[in-house]
Amino acid sequence: MNPLKLTRARPGAPFTVTFDGREIEALPGQTIAAALWASGVTAWRTTRGEGRARGVFCGIGVCFDCLVTVDGRPGQRACLVAAVPGADVRTQVGTGHEGAGHEGTGHDD
Amino acid sequence: MTEHRPVLAVIGAGPAGLAGALAAAARGVRVVLIDSATEAGGQFYRQPAKGLGARRPQALHHQWRTWERLRAGLDTHLAAGRITHLSDRHVWCVERKSSGFSVHALIGPEQEESVAVRADGVLLATGGYEKVLPFSGWTLPGVVTAGGAQALLKGGLVLPGRTAVVAGTGPLLLPVATGLAAAGAQVVALVESAGPRDFTRRARTWAGAPAKLAEGAVCAAQLLRQRVSVMTRHVVVEAHGTERLEAVTVAALDSEGRPAPGTQRRIACDTLAVGHGLLPHTDLAEGLGCRLDGPSVRVDDEQRTDVPGVWAAGEATGIGGSALSLAEGHIAGRSAAARLTDTVPDPREWAPAARARTRLRSFFAALDAAYAARPVRWTEQVTDETVVCRCEEVTAGAVREAVGALGAGDLRTVKLLTRAGMGWCQGRMCEPGVAGVAGCTLTPARRLLARPVPLGVLAAPADPTAPQ
Repeated sequence: MNPLKLTRARPGAPFTVTFDGREIEALPGQTIAAALWASGVTAWRTTRGEGRARGVFCGIGVCFDCLVTVDGRPGQRACLVAAVPGADVRTQVGTGHEGAGHEGTGHDD
Repeated sequence: MTEHRPVLAVIGAGPAGLAGALAAAARGVRVVLIDSATEAGGQFYRQPAKGLGARRPQALHHQWRTWERLRAGLDTHLAAGRITHLSDRHVWCVERKSSGFSVHALIGPEQEESVAVRADGVLLATGGYEKVLPFSGWTLPGVVTAGGAQALLKGGLVLPGRTAVVAGTGPLLLPVATGLAAAGAQVVALVESAGPRDFTRRARTWAGAPAKLAEGAVCAAQLLRQRVSVMTRHVVVEAHGTERLEAVTVAALDSEGRPAPGTQRRIACDTLAVGHGLLPHTDLAEGLGCRLDGPSVRVDDEQRTDVPGVWAAGEATGIGGSALSLAEGHIAGRSAAARLTDTVPDPREWAPAARARTRLRSFFAALDAAYAARPVRWTEQVTDETVVCRCEEVTAGAVREAVGALGAGDLRTVKLLTRAGMGWCQGRMCEPGVAGVAGCTLTPARRLLARPVPLGVLAAPADPTAPQ
């Protein structure tokens, strides 16, 4: 059994997004977090301090642990952002602004 | 005359918000239903994305008929123009004006643009979120909140991993474990820190809520059938792994609430769904100056907060599940409809909902008491190296140093000395953990804004518009 079978889902045509350059299949309507989980990817961010791997935690937009860089925009919550065909999803290192002259500033908000 | 009809802004499209919106719309009030999700339903009735084409979404849900009724009611009011549903709107502030309110919301997942809606009254149906207490390894990828695991499953139709342990405490763990198992995950253990004795002692209370009892029994039978090992009076003491979760260590609790020597067991798993109960979302209420009772928004018999024109219903006023949310939302919607049209409401009109509210509130108070009946000395298990604030990577050792060597005596001082709670989530995830480790009372954070807001949005506030 899997969730698609259990709910007798007939999803629309699958499409691909890239994760760090690698092609990953996603289904229409899935969030980036759901698509990554479905492909066995559980981490897509490293922390600002210790550089530790993080992925989704609260799943509902509260914790900000699932931040990811999408089409060059860092700080997107993967659990809220829908996957769209051709999206360029990349592991977010720190704030995602490092190397752009913002190193160590910490916050966007 | 349409333009004279009062407008009620309902924030949150879960059970409480939907019940409130339907009740108010049916009684001559224009409702603007504002919600952060793409589809109505909230967390309890979280819907699979449309593109997934689920023909039997109810396989992952409870009380589906109630949802169908709510959905049909919403559709009718939407078609008649009595309700406007603004989805993908993240409300960050509700502003009091001389004549009513402005509800400010960021649009969509990118959240760089804000819109404002004018309203005569506001119903806060903001729900709750999961409380997770820290333990060694809880930041590893593969560790998710129990509700988060359920959200991925209900909304994205994906399983967070193949081999799961569900752990923590509270009534949510049962449906999460059965849901994951039904969808094909191998749930190897359900680890609950409360003990069965704490529940059997209250048998008479449970008998007063037969529907809830039946729900629990159905879950228990499913767990048996799925061969899930149910470990009561046990806790996860550590999650293991380097880049991602590989196993957890569980232990039985002794009568003092400490892991009993020799009971530690390692269980291999790639997912740990963990939760220690829910917390009400009260940011918007706090921003409006509504009084709280402990962690919940204080309301009167009509679900009115102490700020005129502001109602609250559902988990925001105290955690009690979807049936209680429906009753509270219904009452709030009826009260708001009457008050906003300058009529004195007659509580006899909502007597059945009021009775359900009374019954369910005492049921959940008893449930809370049963879950909290015996000590769990979790803070003693939190090692100095354990990260307690996930965003700022503040360790328990740093918090203890702030209290011990630097003399911090309250949560605010701990925050200022360690940065715990100053990160992206603004302390929503770490507050109970930091307070516990610091030995401080958990006090409301009083966040001015309910969401991180770009400075550009603050600098250029949008003009409120009446709903279309």
